[in-house]
Amino acid sequence: MQFSRRRRLVSQPQDGLYGHCLQFYGRPPAENISLAEFETFAFERLKLLKTVENLGVSYVKTSDQYTKKLYSEFSNLNFPHKAEADDKKEQTEYEKRRKDHISHFILRLAYCQTEDLRRWFIQQEMDLFRFRFSGLTSKSKTEFLHQNNLQYDTVSMEQKKALVDKLVSSSYAVSGATVMEQDFYKVPFQDALDLVRTRKVFLKGGYAYIPHQDIIAIVLNDFRTRLSKALALTARSLPAVQSDERLQPLLSHLSHAYVGQDYSIQKNVGKISLEQIDPLSTKSFPLCMRQLHKSLRENHHLRHGGRMQYGLFLKGIGLSLEQALQFWRSEFIKGKVDADKFDKAYAYSVRHMFGKEGKRTDYTPYSCMKVILSNPPSQGDYHGCPFRHSDPELLKQKLQSYKLSPSAINQILELVKGMHYQLACQKYFELTHNIEDSGFSLNHPNQYFMESQKVLGDGKDVKREPETPHREAAASKGLGASRQNAEEMEDLDALFQDD
Amino acid sequence: MSSCDYDSSCLPDLLPLYYRRLFPFSQYYRWLSYGGVTKNYFQNREFSFTLKDDIYVRYQSFSNQSELEKEMQKMNPYKIDIGAVYSHRPSQHNTVKSGTFQALEKELVFDIDMTDYDDVRTCCSAADICSSCWTLMTIAVRILDRALREDFGFQHLLWVYSGRRGIHCWVCDEAARKLSVAGRSAVAEYLSLVKGGEETLKKVQLSDPLHPFIRESLAVVEHYFIQYALMGQDILGNSKTTDKVLNLWYSLTMLVLHVREDLQSFFQSEKNPVKRWKKISGLVQQQRVTSRKGCQYIDKEIMLQYCYPRLDVNVSKGVNHLLKSPFSVHPKTGRISVPIDLEELDKFDPFAVPTISLICEELDKPRTGEEEEVVEEEKKENEIEAAERRKIRDYKRTSLAKYVKLFDRFLDGMARARKGEILRKSDLQKEF
Ligand code: SF4
Ligand SMILES: [Zn+2]
Repeated sequence: MQFSRRRRLVSQPQDGLYGHCLQFYGRPPAENISLAEFETFAFERLKLLKTVENLGVSYVKTSDQYTKKLYSEFSNLNFPHKAEADDKKEQTEYEKRRKDHISHFILRLAYCQTEDLRRWFIQQEMDLFRFRFSGLTSKSKTEFLHQNNLQYDTVSMEQKKALVDKLVSSSYAVSGATVMEQDFYKVPFQDALDLVRTRKVFLKGGYAYIPHQDIIAIVLNDFRTRLSKALALTARSLPAVQSDERLQPLLSHLSHAYVGQDYSIQKNVGKISLEQIDPLSTKSFPLCMRQLHKSLRENHHLRHGGRMQYGLFLKGIGLSLEQALQFWRSEFIKGKVDADKFDKAYAYSVRHMFGKEGKRTDYTPYSCMKVILSNPPSQGDYHGCPFRHSDPELLKQKLQSYKLSPSAINQILELVKGMHYQLACQKYFELTHNIEDSGFSLNHPNQYFMESQKVLGDGKDVKREPETPHREAAASKGLGASRQNAEEMEDLDALFQDD
Repeated sequence: MSSCDYDSSCLPDLLPLYYRRLFPFSQYYRWLSYGGVTKNYFQNREFSFTLKDDIYVRYQSFSNQSELEKEMQKMNPYKIDIGAVYSHRPSQHNTVKSGTFQALEKELVFDIDMTDYDDVRTCCSAADICSSCWTLMTIAVRILDRALREDFGFQHLLWVYSGRRGIHCWVCDEAARKLSVAGRSAVAEYLSLVKGGEETLKKVQLSDPLHPFIRESLAVVEHYFIQYALMGQDILGNSKTTDKVLNLWYSLTMLVLHVREDLQSFFQSEKNPVKRWKKISGLVQQQRVTSRKGCQYIDKEIMLQYCYPRLDVNVSKGVNHLLKSPFSVHPKTGRISVPIDLEELDKFDPFAVPTISLICEELDKPRTGEEEEVVEEEKKENEIEAAERRKIRDYKRTSLAKYVKLFDRFLDGMARARKGEILRKSDLQKEF
């Protein structure tokens, strides 16, 4: 792709380039485009991807609302959605497909730079692709596979006959008759991890047997593999692009646009005293943190997942390293851990959270998404999001004990039932802070805390320095490393507890 | 001999003896070199040692067997953990450019720990185990071993007793060692049925249709359920434990009142736990026809909640996660972490696993005639160095012998498979 420095627009329809409304983005665009178009395309695709991300949080991905909202965003932004047979529209359809193609490649440039950016980009592009592929007719799907040379091994009739019962009970909506009618593909289980994870596919001897209706799983896997390889390659050739002084700021602006505040920048270090934590935990902590705090006080212990989630939150509301060490130590030594053991086994991981050990990365407090989606609590754990990980019955009892009215509780439970956990949490916020409309959209436990403090007397509890437009700086600061590594944080203390 | 003969304060005296005369270094090295197929596979492997007073040393690595031997004999670790194979030598991790030192491969591992069953054990809690609850581990091995072999196609599974209250599984197939983080977590999630933390009562949720994996696993659980849960654990024996079981049912459905009453009055007169259970499952079956979705498998869900293996997904997920090594000593119990023979699984008794004190003591016993024979036999294999030969003789005189033999058998299996693979590849080449 060439970027013309002069505002020269060279765009002639290239026949056969866009034979299908959906693309696998195998070849980069070969035409020159103007900087203005470059910019528009990029921002519109970014907008589309952000919509994909937001809708994915608020709705079930297969629900009607999700489809409807996403579809309308497609039309608003003029991206191709379904094959349009209408002749009169041919030119506009071409323009849409061209934009789809070019904008995808521009964002590759902006999002190949760090592991974290790549991950975000791949995730959104995959959701986008899944949505578009599922919307295709069966015929159109086959055409797409054909045009992109996607071939998979099929299972023979005899094999199907022998396995029919198992195939039927491995997927929804496959019956004895349809097993014989439709194609089944046999791929190494590593190529269909999403189906394996959810046990929605039959596995035998290391192979997954995938009915044609679920073929999206393999195609998507292919899509992911290719895209992540391509991004790694792009990253290597990036220095050339970055030396272009007109593109460079644009690209870096684009890549920073996706992140919300990450709450790792310390504005109020040391403004909270340890004595304040107890009252704050009932007034201004979101339920997830209140639960962790309570069980820490009761059991004088938290398992690794809980320590990470709670420890980073506390760091985010302004505890200093020294305070954090004191806080954890004083609680743990009331339990089974003596001071010596604490210093050996646990202090390390507290310092680690503050980037003082190991890889010395500054860990970012977990967002709601992370709390809700990754590392679900298991036996002995109190972490996670109560709206997502508690039995509705227990959640109800808990809300009752917090003196919420029955109608309030019902409103919250309805949202939980619809899997709108963050909305449920936000509703809880509104109900407990006596406000009609909180006027923000909740995506982070630390945001919950700050907003609560605002409502409860604008920082009487916590002194706060004026908010400066730190946002951009916060976003660019070593995100790649910190977000990703929080996953693989060295589990030193877990080792000591091990059996 | 029971573990009361073991005293952890003797470890400083016993460990040097163990590492000098008993630890199966040559098998250990053979295992982790995997036939030497990949360059530096052993050299780039991380070992971690826990020394006296919980001093913890990570990122140890060794160039060859004799270096490993020398270091272990020098440091005498209380506990040995095995980590990943890295891109560089772990001992030099500080000298390589940051970001380039990466965990590349590791066995796919599973860690099942008895403490994770505390809410469903009536006999013991926390680190304690007894022969009754040990059945949970037997069930876990049966279920996971079948699935890993039949569903995932893995062949080289090493099951190991952790030395105290749990078991580990090392899946050593090449495909398993090369699995990505996402792949590992997908396998672990496929195998997990019990979900939820302290804020979840009912931790198993089945839905139609029952996946073949779940059916297979249920068959295993059903095989043990009466003996273990109803008789051994007596979960329907008193009103407290019975309520706990029934709450799993009541909590999610407005069970028609007369069913509840029916159950209550039946339980008043019938104390036999098996009959009580029959009543419950009978009622569930009856309800199955009429009940709403989500309750039709409640009897099976209860069985699974009480018996199904509980995996620590995080241990399996991370390529760089460390796991206690086979043949490491458990410092608290003194027991050696030994391989488990699946053919004798139901007979495996964790309390019969030798402690370090026992095997060290056995070394001092005078030789019997049978063992002399072994010595004779070994004289023939003159390619083995003399020192090596003495060491083999040493462990063969102790109760460790049968476990090392088991380990040998496992390694032979892998070597055979590797050979077969090489033959297959060269045959393929000939065809072209
Ligand atoms: S929605 Fe977010 S802030 Fe609220 S409880 Fe869940 S994780 Fe915590
Ligand atoms: Zn027990």
